[in-house]
Formats: sequence, C-alpha cells, structure tokens
Amino acid sequence: MFGLNPKDARLLIIVAIMVVAAPVLLNPFPEGSNLAQFNAGYPDLMQRFVIFGIFAIGFNILFGLTGYLSFGHAAFLGIGSYAAIWMMKLLTMNIIPGIIVSVIVAGVFSLAVGWISLRRSGIYFSILTLAFAQMCYSLAYSVLTPITGGETGLQPKVNDPRILDAATNDGVVPKTNLFGLEMTSSTEIVMGGWVFTLNAGYYVAALVMLISFYISIRIFRSPFGVMLRAVKSNQQRMNYTGLNPKPYTLAAFVISGMYAGLAGGLMVAMDTQAGADRMFWTASGEVVLMTILGGVGTLIGPVLGAGAIKYMENILSKINKDILHQWFALLPDGLEDVIVALIYPFVGKGWHLTLGLLFMLVVIFLPGGLVEGGQRIAALFKRKRKPEDARSGKSTEPAE
Amino acid sequence: MGILEVKNVNKRFGGLQALGDVNLSVAENTCHAIIGPNGAGKSTLLNCLVGKLIPDTGSVMFDGQSVLGRSPHEINQMGISRVFQTPEIFGELSVMENMMIPCFARRDGAFRMHAYKDAGAERDIIDRAESVLEDLNMIDKREMTASSMSRGDKRRLEIAMCLAQEPRLLLLDEPTAGMARADTNNTIDLLKRIKAERDITIAIIEHDMHVVFSLADRITVLAQGTPLVEDTPDKIKGHPKVREAYLGEAA
Ligand SMILES: Nc1ncnc2c1ncn2[C@@H]1O[C@H](COP(=O)(O)OP(=O)(O)OP(=O)(O)O)[C@@H](O)[C@H]1O
Ligand SMILES: [Mg+2]
Repeated sequence: MFGLNPKDARLLIIVAIMVVAAPVLLNPFPEGSNLAQFNAGYPDLMQRFVIFGIFAIGFNILFGLTGYLSFGHAAFLGIGSYAAIWMMKLLTMNIIPGIIVSVIVAGVFSLAVGWISLRRSGIYFSILTLAFAQMCYSLAYSVLTPITGGETGLQPKVNDPRILDAATNDGVVPKTNLFGLEMTSSTEIVMGGWVFTLNAGYYVAALVMLISFYISIRIFRSPFGVMLRAVKSNQQRMNYTGLNPKPYTLAAFVISGMYAGLAGGLMVAMDTQAGADRMFWTASGEVVLMTILGGVGTLIGPVLGAGAIKYMENILSKINKDILHQWFALLPDGLEDVIVALIYPFVGKGWHLTLGLLFMLVVIFLPGGLVEGGQRIAALFKRKRKPEDARSGKSTEPAE
Repeated sequence: MGILEVKNVNKRFGGLQALGDVNLSVAENTCHAIIGPNGAGKSTLLNCLVGKLIPDTGSVMFDGQSVLGRSPHEINQMGISRVFQTPEIFGELSVMENMMIPCFARRDGAFRMHAYKDAGAERDIIDRAESVLEDLNMIDKREMTASSMSRGDKRRLEIAMCLAQEPRLLLLDEPTAGMARADTNNTIDLLKRIKAERDITIAIIEHDMHVVFSLADRITVLAQGTPLVEDTPDKIKGHPKVREAYLGEAA
C-alpha cells in the first residue's frame, strides 16, 4: 500500500487510527471526576502532540539514521515560526502559504548551518549547531528586533496588510484558517459524563503529521535511508566504497531542518504568535530527549517520545498539593501528609524530576526507548502463546 | 606500462621514514604480492594508493591517471577497491544491506538522492548483490547482522563488497590474518577463482607465505620502507637477500 511493505503499512494505519481517535482515546475519564485532569484530549495539547511529533520525526531522520546529534534544531523551528507569521501578516491568514514558506525558509537556513557544521563530526558538530542556534536566539532578541519583534515576539495585527485577504473593518484580527475553516473551530460531543472535543486545527495538524510520518517511512526504507545508516555505521568503509558521505549527511540535515520548520509553521497556524524563546537551547535539547526516550532510529519512537514528554509537561505539572490532598483524603491524616510529601516533589513544578528519572531508566534499561519496551512486552506475550517459536525468532528485523 | 605505476614515493611520519623511494609497477590482470616484516611500510604504501595518505613526494598513476590529490571515494570510482587489515564493514547493517551499498555506488556514483524508491524493490541491485553472495557461498547469511559474524566471514563479506563493485584493481591487506587454516585455504581458493574468472588485477599484502606463493605472479619484498627485490615467486624463494631479511634461514 502506497509503496510500503505490509508491516510498515500496518504501522501507518494503526498510527492513523490512533491519531483520528485521539480526542476520544485521550479523554478516558468523565468530566468532573477526580481523574479528569489526566485527560489529555483537549485541542491545545493534542496539537502540541502532533506538532512536536513532526519535529521529532524529522530530528530522527538526522540523529537516528546518520548518528549526527544536532543541538540546534530548535533554531529551525523558530525560524519556521517567524516565516509563517510574516506570511500571515503580509499575505493571508490562510495557513497554506505560511506553512509552505516556513518549510522553505527553514530548509535554506539548515542548508547554510549544515554546510558549515558538517565539516566536523561528533561532539564538535553538536557544539557548532548549538552555537548557531544560540546565535539565532540572541540575534532574534537584539539586532533582528525589526523582523522578530524582539522580546514581545510577533502577532498578527488588525492593520497588517494581508494583501490576499478581503478587508475587514470590524477591528478584530481574523483567525487562521484553511480556506475558511478556522483552526480554532471545534465541535463538542457530549456522551454521558464524557465530553470529546473535535478541533479543526488538531485534525489539520494531524493530517500533516501523518503525511510527514509516511514520508519518513519512505526515507527509512529507500536506498537513501540505507546510505544514511551506512554513514552512522562506518564512514571509512563508505569512502572506500566510492561514496561521498558529506552530501548524504547534508541532505539528511536539511530534511530534518525542513521538518522542524514545518513544525514551527504549524505552531503559528494553531496559535498565532512567535517568539525567540522557541529557539532557546533547552528547546533543542527537548527534541533530543523525545527521540531518545521514544527510541532512536525507530519509526514511531520519536512520536511516542514527543507525546510522553508533552503529556508530562502539561498534565503532571498541573497536579498541585491541594489535588494530592484531595486524592488521599481517605487516608488517616498523618499518613496522608507523608504520602503527599513523598509524591509532591515529582509532580507540579517538579515534573522535570519525573522526566529525568524516566529518562535515566529508559537509557539504562531500554536503550531502544519506549519502542523497545513495547517490543519486549509483545515478545513476552508471544512467548506465552507459543513457546516453541521463541527460539526461532530472529532479532534482525528492522525496528518499527 | 602496468595498470598501477608507483614512482619514487616517499612518506615520513615525523622522524620515521615509512616509505623511501618506493617504485612499483603492477601489470594488468596479474597478482602482485607485497611482503615484508612488521612495520616495513606495506599498509602505508596501500594507504598512499587509495587516498588515505598523501605521499610527500613521488607519483602514483592508475591506468594513466594520477590518483594523488583525489579523495578516497573518487579513487574508488576510478576502479580501485580495498580490503583492510581489520575488516571494515557496516557492522549494524545486514549482510544484504552491506552488499547493496557497493552495488549502489557502482550504479549511481558517489551521491544520488534516491529517497522516493524502496530499497527492497531495486531488482538489479539485489540480483547483483545476491549473485556475489552466492558466488562466495554466503547467501544463507544474507539476513544476519554483519557485526555478529565470525572474523573470517567478515573478511569474506568485505571481499564480496569489493567484488560487487567489479574493480579493476583489488588491494588486499593481509586477507587471511587471524584466520584458521581451513578459512585461509578457502580464501586462497576464492582468490584464485576470482583471478581466473575476472579481468582483475590484485595487489596483496600477506605474511602467510603459503598464501603468497599460491597466488602471486610477482613479489616485491619491502624492508624498512624500501623495496629490496622484485621478482617471480621462484626467484624470491631462493634469493639470499630475502632469506636473510625476511624469510629467515629456516625457510
Ligand atoms: N598514521 C601514522 N602515523 C605515524 N606513524 C605511522 C602511521 N602509520 C604507520 N606508521 C608507522 O610507519 C611504519 C610502517 O607502518 P605500516 O603500518 O605501513 O607497516 P606494515 O608493513 O603494514 O606492518 P604490519 O605487517 O605490522 O601491518 C610503522 O613503524 C608505523 O608505526
Ligand atoms: Mg599493515
């Protein structure tokens, strides 16, 4: 199907179903219940899931396949955001031009940055990309203020030209849309105690994510993908086999930069503002964490990693002391205080601690990330079902 | 004129003269062995041929063209493939993928952005890779991860990868080092067969005299970076200088 082998096609279909059903799947708890705050099925967060999923999918094409660890990819995301918002100011609030231009501009920048950074490998490459990203960040705050809006960032204003849009005179900034379909428009479905929100913006972003995911599968399975893995495995052998690793690596760098730009453009399409903090080095580090947490070099891993980190950032961080006390109210007072005191450092503002611990556990016990975890569990079930097959199972299959 | 002409090549590492005025001519479709004690500069000489090192002075001509100043992948594309002293393969990749890469290099050159195709649907590449694997009796290992194979198989794979490119000159750096006797004999048979069946020139570095005398048409003895003698295997066997410098009286 679509030129995919059956296994990849199955994966794509499963992901597509999950993504379409996400507003329901992520809202398992009825509204108003104690557990409702674990619901992640609201538009803002779901949009972030898929957008950061795109960012991580692209990053994985560089890091997962070639092994080159960029510490500056947030710069391309930020640049994509600025490009998109300028399109919205100058041309139209239709998101299409903004997204296309964000990909192109990020691609051009990553070509320049990659051209220079890829002269070195290993830690020096990482440092060079980090330096570039921090440079972009500082410039956006200082000399480039006329283009970037400096500290205030950029938002569409009422009196922006928007030459392609019909003039509005009601004094409100028009909303981003896809040929009239506003990104903020939602339909709520109430079923008993449950409320499911189907949001236009989410589904647009989700569709883009599915296309990005499909493209990444194609790249993984293509001769080009084999070459990228060869770069990671043994550049010396590549050279002496008549292949030039440089353009392969640069191409991977540019592709992943364009994915980052796409994510930046989509971010603006969903939430019309752009600021320099999106390019800060912690943002670059975050996508590294996402990729490693989910599974470096696997197809679906980066998406899982992005989801896990964004979930913790948005859900765990909202649990405060009062909520904890509420949960454990049934326990005797002394015990309740002890338990709350034990849990509290890991939630709320302390969610980074949980993330850090989870990250350490994954790196130490599951070097293949969450995907490896999933595979081990699946293998466990398989072995239970037909133990005689366990030994003949080959472990050389390409990771999902 | 040989297919490979090395003239007055010198190479120093700091105070060490690794190669001193090396002259070497390898005739087309022959097997030329380079022997010499450890540290004689044999690998250094190969490195100068494939662009890994640039000689301080001298010239290296392959098929009438200079290789100096070209990068390794360009030299390989001219038709020179090399097997290393320690096998250089793509360890994380499967044997089949290892084989496909040189096939792509041969068909598409040093870089081609074919990201839209499915590697598994490249029939001509797969056929070629399979036929070489078949030829070398490795077809049953096609799905194995390369790094999980035995040392002998890794070496065999590396030779297979080089052969898949159909090079005009094949450079082998101690292809049987660390191999069991049986594996060594297999490799000798393999190389003999390659020599008989293909239009290929082979330059081989080897410590194992059994291998050298089974394969070589001509032998160059290198000692302390300088060629001592160059002659046919029979003459080399009896050469007093060689006995003294390298083979020892026991041989
Ligand atoms: N890159 C290098 N830098 C410095 N010295 C080197 C380098 N490569 C080789 N040498 C030195 O040059 C000399 C020749 O080394 P070379 O590897 O060519 O020997 P060889 O004949 O291949 O020996 P062996 O049979 O042990 O493989 C040695 O003394 C070695 O230490
Ligand atoms: Mg050597």
